[in-house]
Amino acid sequence: MSAARPQDLACRELVELLTDFLEGALDERTRTQVEQHLVLCPGCTEYLRQFRATIGSARKLAEEDLPPGVREGLLDVFRHWRHGS
Amino acid sequence: MAAAVSSEEETDTAQQGAALALLTPEDRALVDRLRAGDESTFLSIVEKNHRAMVRVAMGYVSSEGVAEEVVQEAWVGILQGLHKFEGRCPLRAWMFRILINCAKMRGAREARSVPFSALESESSEGECRPVESFRPPDDPRWPGHWARAPERWADERLADAEALIRIKAEIEKLPPNQRQVITLRDIEDWDSAEVCDALGISEANQRVLLHRARTRVRQALAGWAAEETP
Repeated sequence: MSAARPQDLACRELVELLTDFLEGALDERTRTQVEQHLVLCPGCTEYLRQFRATIGSARKLAEEDLPPGVREGLLDVFRHWRHGS
Repeated sequence: MAAAVSSEEETDTAQQGAALALLTPEDRALVDRLRAGDESTFLSIVEKNHRAMVRVAMGYVSSEGVAEEVVQEAWVGILQGLHKFEGRCPLRAWMFRILINCAKMRGAREARSVPFSALESESSEGECRPVESFRPPDDPRWPGHWARAPERWADERLADAEALIRIKAEIEKLPPNQRQVITLRDIEDWDSAEVCDALGISEANQRVLLHRARTRVRQALAGWAAEETP
């Protein structure tokens, strides 16, 4: 558990800041608070790890194969356009 | 692909296909080759963007099959508009704007002809309830801190194909704007400025949408990914 001093972020607030944190969009002071909180709080550290792992896994969806017939169908569209233009 | 473009005036604002001065050299080359009717260029663009186009379109229409049709319609629009494309935004941002317009129109048409219930996602199963919780704001010692902290995820579970199926299913349940942002940012790895361009939203708005989407997708994995740990 993290130390609950009034100036600290609560875990509930921290998890809402993680995208801004990862995007580098937090102001200096808030970023420092987040970093200090993470040092002290295993729960939030795990949450951040999972957040990153989720993003990393989502990226793998870009590697899926195209359904059969897609290339051929679109190539028809392309050829049709080329001949028509 | 004329090499001698150096002397060409770049001040031209005409709507003729010439004014591509703002584009990156890569984009400009792509547009030139497309305009010239180069099939392999076209296919490479399809290869890179098709899945994302379908995923984005699915936010507006009832099925993947319809989304595939929308992508075809969008390509007709893209190709027909190509000679007017002025390069004020990157090529793929422009493509996605056209796609989203097509998808919205198709979705509106569908809404008029398909019973609404058919458009609802079939998500009765596996409604993901939060597996973590926070202490209430008036908690005497730890307000807003974890009541039940996230359980550790087993790393090998995320490497499992099942993880991708779950992520995909959750993304398909997201509202269109969240789905678009997470698709383009996290799956397709676009940078933030380009996504804002394609979707016509601010950076701040984009971060909010991205955060909501990521939170939901993480949530969808949470109970499952931690299952085997005691």
